[in-house]
Amino acid sequence: MTNDMTHTADKTSTETPETTTGRRIYRPLTDIVETADGMTLMLEMPGVTAEDVDITLEKRVLTIRGKVHTTQPEKLQLAYAEYGEGDFERAFTMSDDFDPDKIGAQLSNGVLTLTLPRAAEAQPKKITVKAS
Amino acid sequence: MLYPTYTRRSDPFALMRSMLRDFDRVSPSRLAQPVFPAVNVWQSDEAVAITAELPGVDPADIDISVKENVLTLSGERKAPEVPEGARWHRNERGFGRFARSVRLPFVAADDKVEARMTNGVLRIVVGRPEEDKPRKIEIKAA
Repeated sequence: MTNDMTHTADKTSTETPETTTGRRIYRPLTDIVETADGMTLMLEMPGVTAEDVDITLEKRVLTIRGKVHTTQPEKLQLAYAEYGEGDFERAFTMSDDFDPDKIGAQLSNGVLTLTLPRAAEAQPKKITVKAS
Repeated sequence: MLYPTYTRRSDPFALMRSMLRDFDRVSPSRLAQPVFPAVNVWQSDEAVAITAELPGVDPADIDISVKENVLTLSGERKAPEVPEGARWHRNERGFGRFARSVRLPFVAADDKVEARMTNGVLRIVVGRPEEDKPRKIEIKAA
């Protein structure tokens, strides 16, 4: 290790609103992919267990919260820190054609994968043009 | 820094460009590439622990090696598998190979290194060899 400042990968904390405990809340880095049958969101939430993830879809706003269990090893003191620990929170405004009951969520290795299938009536209908 | 205004009078943006170039060079984000993974180091008289956030990395894809007093952590972050014809809206996560080395305050024995991965957080604990532990020295009365 050197004493130089190390620039680590993006882990940005949300500045407002503040928490009552003074702990930071981080914005999970997210990949969003649109497929033929819906949307897939992949959020990086290291340190979050499946029971501590809270996903809500209300008035088109999809909110994802994750509670982090801090990883302080027993009897050890923090000597050098490059990343902070704190809960994760992020919200997305969706287009309104998703069925909240069909949202699938899976957590593996600290990545939360959300699948939002498009509502059946909103599936794009392909119109073929007939040659006259 | 001096910006000669008389050179290239035909190009009004030359001065602006050269200033921007200087600014880019000085701003800290350009000096170093971001490092992955970020590590936290924990210490006590008995052991040293290194924690790192590695979301989306399969524990099988991580290599941890210790040579004398340098611990190296390397591996690969694989890009997610996406069906054909999918459209990316956002791509904030990074992928590819990574490697980091951490110098330990003592020479570690291989059998005293323990690594565990939970929910994308890696924790490596390196025990301090017995002969390296600090000893309390008693002061004898004269």
